Amino acid sequence: MNKNLLWKLALIAGILLVFLFGIFGIPQSFSGQGLLSAMTSRIHLGLDLKGGTHLILQVQVNDAVNIDSDNAMETLKEQLNSRKIAFADITKPDPQNAPDKVVLKGVSPDGRKDLLDIVSERLPEYNLSSGADNTWVLTMKPQMLADMKNKAVTQAIETIRNRIDSLGVSEPTIQEHGLGQYQILVQLPGVDDPGRVKDIMQSTAMLEIKQVLGGPYPSEQAALQEKGGVLPADAILMPGHGAPGAAAGEQSWYLVSRISAVRGKDLRDAQPSTDQNGQPNVRFQLTGEGGQRFYSFTSAHVGESLGVVLDGKVQEVANIKEAIRDTGEISGGSMNQQQAKDLSMILRSGALPAGIKYLEERTVGPSLGTDSIRHGVNAAIIGMLAVLIFMLVYYRGAGINADIALILNLIILLGFMGFFEAVLTLPGIAGVILTVGMGVDSNVLIFERIREELRNGKTPPSAVDQGFSHAWITIVDTHVTTIVSAAILFIFGTGPVRGFATTLTFGLLANLFTAVFVSRLIFDWILTRKQRGEALSI
Amino acid sequence: MEFFRNPNIDFLGKKWYFLAFSLVFSVAGIFSMLFWHHIPYGVDFRGGTLVYVKFSHTPDDNALRAAMDHAGLRNAKIQRYGAAPDNEVLIDLDVQETSEQALDKGKTQIINTLETNAPAGKLDLNNASSLAIKNHLLDKDPLHLGSDADQKYSQQAQAIVDTRDKAQGGVLGSFDQLKGPVDPAVVASLQDGFYLSDFAVRNVEIVGPQVGAQLRKQALLATVYSLAGMLIYLGFRFEWIYGVAAVVTVFHDTLITVGFFSLTNTDISLTVIAAILTLIGYSNNDTIVVFDRIRENIKLMRRENLSEIVNRSINQTLSRTILTAGLTFLTVLALFLFGGEVLHGFSLALVIGILIGTYSSIAIAAPILVAYQDWRIEKGKASGRNARPGQVVAR
Repeated sequence: MNKNLLWKLALIAGILLVFLFGIFGIPQSFSGQGLLSAMTSRIHLGLDLKGGTHLILQVQVNDAVNIDSDNAMETLKEQLNSRKIAFADITKPDPQNAPDKVVLKGVSPDGRKDLLDIVSERLPEYNLSSGADNTWVLTMKPQMLADMKNKAVTQAIETIRNRIDSLGVSEPTIQEHGLGQYQILVQLPGVDDPGRVKDIMQSTAMLEIKQVLGGPYPSEQAALQEKGGVLPADAILMPGHGAPGAAAGEQSWYLVSRISAVRGKDLRDAQPSTDQNGQPNVRFQLTGEGGQRFYSFTSAHVGESLGVVLDGKVQEVANIKEAIRDTGEISGGSMNQQQAKDLSMILRSGALPAGIKYLEERTVGPSLGTDSIRHGVNAAIIGMLAVLIFMLVYYRGAGINADIALILNLIILLGFMGFFEAVLTLPGIAGVILTVGMGVDSNVLIFERIREELRNGKTPPSAVDQGFSHAWITIVDTHVTTIVSAAILFIFGTGPVRGFATTLTFGLLANLFTAVFVSRLIFDWILTRKQRGEALSI
Repeated sequence: MEFFRNPNIDFLGKKWYFLAFSLVFSVAGIFSMLFWHHIPYGVDFRGGTLVYVKFSHTPDDNALRAAMDHAGLRNAKIQRYGAAPDNEVLIDLDVQETSEQALDKGKTQIINTLETNAPAGKLDLNNASSLAIKNHLLDKDPLHLGSDADQKYSQQAQAIVDTRDKAQGGVLGSFDQLKGPVDPAVVASLQDGFYLSDFAVRNVEIVGPQVGAQLRKQALLATVYSLAGMLIYLGFRFEWIYGVAAVVTVFHDTLITVGFFSLTNTDISLTVIAAILTLIGYSNNDTIVVFDRIRENIKLMRRENLSEIVNRSINQTLSRTILTAGLTFLTVLALFLFGGEVLHGFSLALVIGILIGTYSSIAIAAPILVAYQDWRIEKGKASGRNARPGQVVAR
C-alpha cells in the first residue's frame, strides 16, 4: 500500500471516529442497552416517536393594543376636561379590527391648538388627523403598533415558558411560530393529557384589587334598580361568587370602582396556603411600590370594603379594618389544593399581555410512539438489508465496496444528527431509509460507468478513473437538486416534516463523501494489489 | 450479474404511446380532482378533529355510530384503522365541528361518549397520565414512604404507564396485568381510585380552520418554490430548455401522483406533501442523469442528429436508471409494507412517485428536448436561417 492511500485511510478512520463520537458521545458502557441510551441522549426523538403534545396558539395582540388605546382615550378625555375644551363624544368605533383607533367628535374649533398640544405632549405614540365636522381621529403610529403587537407575543412566550417550567415539563419547546402571524408553537414531550397544561397556559391571571361600592346583588337588574337605573360613572358591575351560605355555582354581582388600587404587576409573590378553617387559599405579597399604593388606599378607606378581582371576577370581598401594606389572600369560593397551587403559580409567572386562542392541537400517546419506532426501525432494517444484499449479488466484489460506503454513510448521517442535536421523527426514519436508496444511486452510477468503460476495452485502472470522473458531475447535479427540495421542505415544514428534511440533507451530504471518496479509495487499494491485466470484480 | 448489456431500444419512436399513457393517467386524475373525489385533503389541510382510539375488544362500529349520533356528533365518520387485531378506530369530525373558540370540544365529547358506565369518583386508568397516577399514589401513600415518596411514586407511576403503553399495547384488560413491574401494594391502591375502561386514546389531531388554510397555502408555495428552484438550477447548469423539460416532467409526476390520491380517495396529509417534494428532487435525479449523458454525447457524436443522440443516451443510462429506481423502490416498498399505518400515505406517495418519476425521465423529459429541436428547425427553415442539429444542447 502506498503512502497516499495510507493518508487517505487515516483520514477516513479519523472521520469515522469523529462521527461515531457524534452518535454515542463517550458511552458509559458498551452493552447494547448502554449504547442505546448513549445514542438517545444525543439524538432526540421527536414528539411523534416519544409521545407528547404539540400546540399552536395565537396571541390576541389586539387585546394589548386595546388596553393601550383605552388608556389613551382616558388621558385625552381627562386633558380635554381639564383644559375646558368642549367635545361631543369620544369612542372607539371598532375595537375588534381597529383597536388603536379613537374617534373624537364635535370638538369646538378653537380647541384645535390645545388638542394638538395634548397629543404631542401626552400621547406621542399616536397620530392625530382631522376629518369633516370637527371630527378628529387618533391612531397609533404604525411603527409603535407593530412594536406593541410583537412585544405582546414575546411577552406571552416568556410568561408561558415560566408557567410550563414550573409545571416540570422536561425539554419543552416554546417559540414563535414563523408560519403564521402572532402565533406560538408549544411542544411538550411526554405530556399526553394536555387539558390541565392548556388551562394553565391560557389563564390570563389578571389580578386587581378594587374598592367595593355596593353589593352583593342577586342579579345585574337588581343592582341597577337599587342605583336608580344609572351606574355612577366611575363604577362598574362585576360578577362574583355567591354570597356566603349560598348554593354552589350561584353568582352574585358587585359594584366596584373602575380604577384598580393594585394591579397584577404590583405582585411580588404568591403562595398556596390555608385559611383559618383549613380551606386552601392563595396568599400574595406586593412589591414596594404596589404596597405603598395599597397602604394609602386602605388607610383612606378604613371601614369600607375592598374586592380581590381575578380575570374580571370578584373572588373575595373583605372589610378594611386597618391600613394594610403588602399582603392579601384569595380564596374564591371552594378552591382545592391543586387549584390553589396552580393559581399561585400562574400569579407568580405574571399576567399574559393578551388573551390566547388555540389553533392546533396534536397529541401522540406513548403507545403509538412505541409502535411507530418499532415499525420505522423494522422497515429501515429490511430496506437496508435488501439493498446491501442486492449490491453484493449484482456487483460481487464491488458490491462490498458499495456496502461499506453505505454503512459509513449511515454512521456519518447519524453522527451529524448527534452533533447538531437534530430531532429524529418518524418521517425522519423514512428519510434515513430513503437516503440508503438514493445514496446507492451514486454507487450504481459509478459502477455502471466503469463496466461500460471496461466493455469499451479500457484497462481496469483507467476504467475506474474514467468511471469516477464522468460520474462525478452527474452526482453533484443530482445531489444539489435533491438538497434544494429538502431545504425548501425544511423552511416550510414543521415537526415531523422538518425531521425528514434534516435526515435527507445530512444523508445526501454524507453520501457525496462516502460514494465518491471512500469508494474510490477502496478501488484504488484493490487495484494496487492486482497484477497488471487481472480482471476487476464488478 | 448484469440485467442490461448494450440495450438498443428506440424510445423516441414510441413517444406517441408514452404520450397516450401519460395523458390517460393525467386526465383521469384531473377529472377525479375536478368532478369526483376532488383533492382529498387530510386533516392538516381541511381542518377538523381526528381521534384514534384503541379498544380492548373488537369494536362494534354500529354501536359506536349510534353513540356518536346520540351525543349529537351526527357528522362523525367512524372507520376501522390499521390491522384488524389491533382493534383500532378512527373517529373523524369535520371542520364545522372544530371551532377555534373551543378547539378540543369535539375531542372531549367523543371521549365522554366512549366513557360509558364510569364509576363515580374514579379515574380511567387506561387514559390517565402518569402525573395523575402519581398524585393519586402520593395521596394514598400505599407504601408508607416518608421523605422520598415523590421520587418513588414517580417511578411507580412511570412503571404503570410503561407497562400499559409498551408491554400491553395501550389498553389494560385487568389490574393484574400490572403485577410484576409494579409493587402489589401500589396495584391494590390503584383500584381505589381508578377503574379500567375498554379503550385508550392513542392519538389526537385537532386542526382549526385558520391553520388548515395556512398549511394549504404553505404546501402550495413549497411545491412552487421547489419547481422554481429546479428550473433555475438546471437553467444555470444546462440551458433553459433543459430546465423547462425537467420541470414539465416533474409537474407531470406530481399531477399523476396527486391524481392517484384523488382517484383512490386517499387523504393527502402534510407528510404526503413532503413525499411529493422529495419526488420532485428524485425524479429530477433521473432526468439529470439522462441530460448529462446527452450533453456528453453531443460533443462526441457531431454527425448524428439529436433524436439518435437522445436515444443512445437513454439506452446507455438505462441500466443505471432501472437499477437505482429498483433499489430506491425496494427501500420504499419496505416502508410501505412494514412502516406502519402512520406512514401509509407518505410511503404510498413515494411508491407511486418513484414508478412514475422513472418512467417520465425516459418517456417525457428527453422527447421534449427533441420536440423543441424539431420545432426550432421548422422555424429556422421557415425564416430561412439554418439551424444546426445539436445546437440546442452543448454549453
